Amino acid sequence: MEHAVEVEDLVKTYGSTRALDGVTLQVPEGRVLGLLGPNGAGKTTTVRVLTTLLRPDSGRATVLGIDVLKDPDRLRRVIGVAGQYAAVDELLTGRENLVLVGRLYHLPRAEITRRADELLERFELTEAASRVVGGYSGGMRRRLDLAASLVNRPRVLFLDEPTTGLDPRSRLRLWEVIEDLVRDGTTLLLTTQYLEEADRLADRIAVIDTGKVIAEGTSDELKDKVGGSVVVVRPADPADGERAMVALQAVGDPVRGTGGDLTMQATTGVALVTEAARVLEEAGVAISELALRRPTLDDVFLTLTGHGAEQAAAEETA
Amino acid sequence: MTTHALDAPAGGGLRWAVNDALVLTGRNLRHTTRQPELLFFSTVQPVIFVLLFRYVFGGAIDTRPLSYVNYLMPGIFVQTTAFASTSSAVGLATDLAKGIVDRFRSLPMARSAVLAGRTLGDLCRIVLVVFVMTAVGLAVGLRPSSFLGLVAAIALTSLFGFAFSWIQAFIGLSVPNVEAANLAGFVWLFPLTFASSAFVPLRSMPGWLQTFANATPVTPTVDAVRALLNDGLPLQHALLKSLAWIVVITVVFSTLTVRTYRTVS
Repeated sequence: MEHAVEVEDLVKTYGSTRALDGVTLQVPEGRVLGLLGPNGAGKTTTVRVLTTLLRPDSGRATVLGIDVLKDPDRLRRVIGVAGQYAAVDELLTGRENLVLVGRLYHLPRAEITRRADELLERFELTEAASRVVGGYSGGMRRRLDLAASLVNRPRVLFLDEPTTGLDPRSRLRLWEVIEDLVRDGTTLLLTTQYLEEADRLADRIAVIDTGKVIAEGTSDELKDKVGGSVVVVRPADPADGERAMVALQAVGDPVRGTGGDLTMQATTGVALVTEAARVLEEAGVAISELALRRPTLDDVFLTLTGHGAEQAAAEETA
Repeated sequence: MTTHALDAPAGGGLRWAVNDALVLTGRNLRHTTRQPELLFFSTVQPVIFVLLFRYVFGGAIDTRPLSYVNYLMPGIFVQTTAFASTSSAVGLATDLAKGIVDRFRSLPMARSAVLAGRTLGDLCRIVLVVFVMTAVGLAVGLRPSSFLGLVAAIALTSLFGFAFSWIQAFIGLSVPNVEAANLAGFVWLFPLTFASSAFVPLRSMPGWLQTFANATPVTPTVDAVRALLNDGLPLQHALLKSLAWIVVITVVFSTLTVRTYRTVS
């Protein structure tokens, strides 16, 4: 079997909205695919289909050769899912949560105990194991949620925005745990709206927008689509953004990215940096940063969709 | 080390359905012990009702030849179990909102277990509350004619509560959030339980209200419980009518609930 996950032309509509508009993707066994896109792009819907929680209107999906639609019960035994919200029982202790899941997998009791101990240890929850989850921090809940999704030693793991809403330290901690799992050979499909997260964890990235995969490749391949490198300009005073934009249009094609930065494809390389500095000085715009760098995934997203990933996400939630 | 989940027994079969339902019943009972305040307040409210009706209104209500306390307690039993059943709506709505239902649905467990575990767990709590109310009743002067009658009365009341749990489970899956589940679970129980033979004899009500009261499951159940506690009252007709209601409600609403559970997301 070549691919652990194979998805072909999934379509799911809600009323007049096409949540999935022909999603096609593959994840080779033992690899990590990052499904990157803004809120409402179809990431969660895709995961829900692949984890038997939602029936698509049409299309085909197999995980480890098991048809998602035809044999959901067999599939449920070999996959693990951790959703966008930590789906843990707040009134139970950490250990009780894991034991509950183990019993619902119908594992032998001794195996459940051993597995729970092992996972609590691995996720640094041993000390908190007999405390009620209601008192856990956000990071601890996510770790417990992830532990619960591993009780059955899944060969394929689906993580839907695993670090959304976590503070930077907890996020880093969770990334390390996920990297450990991948090292052990788990196939992983990860959705995220954080470019940095996809960049760090995923072997390959599928960029998804309005229910379609619009680009797919390694992080470097995607960055090459933007072409060579980009020039980034950050005005000292964010209020100068518009004036900087106008000034830069004389030398290139600036796009406004996240945090008020302006980026341009550096078609002429270093020369563009000098030119940009010149026009900005003439326009009297003070700048705090001017750099030539490799494009980030945000630049990729800008180029592919005409809007920034995080920007679109912000509009979605506004 | 490498016992893989694929080797675990298959998900189907009655044995696993029972196992899964019991595992989740245990979970719900553990919830009860972790929230003793919920159990406390769901008991305090009917105790207050007992005291108010027994000592404030009781003297003005003519229930001869029965003493008012013997008339009242069956009504309190039935109303208390109906109110207690609302925890099925709130519990399911909470699990749904927190993503716990999604987790369960992603496991190779029996589909029916989440619902059965909920209503069975709530049945245990209902039985407990009825026991407490029995003790309170005895303390304020309830005198059942026989011990056997008392046991049968408790059993019938609990079955009634179980049937209502299925209505509540359906509500819990059908409303958009936990607050709505709380309200939608409760609001109709007030007219339903007060406009019945629970607290005052039907003959004191206007004719149209008597018609309504006789058409609900509450009145025959209260009448049957009352007849089980007090020898000499007509039992058979009310008992059969009450059991018929219990069966019909359970069948209809468990079917509706299971169907809704399959499609809910």
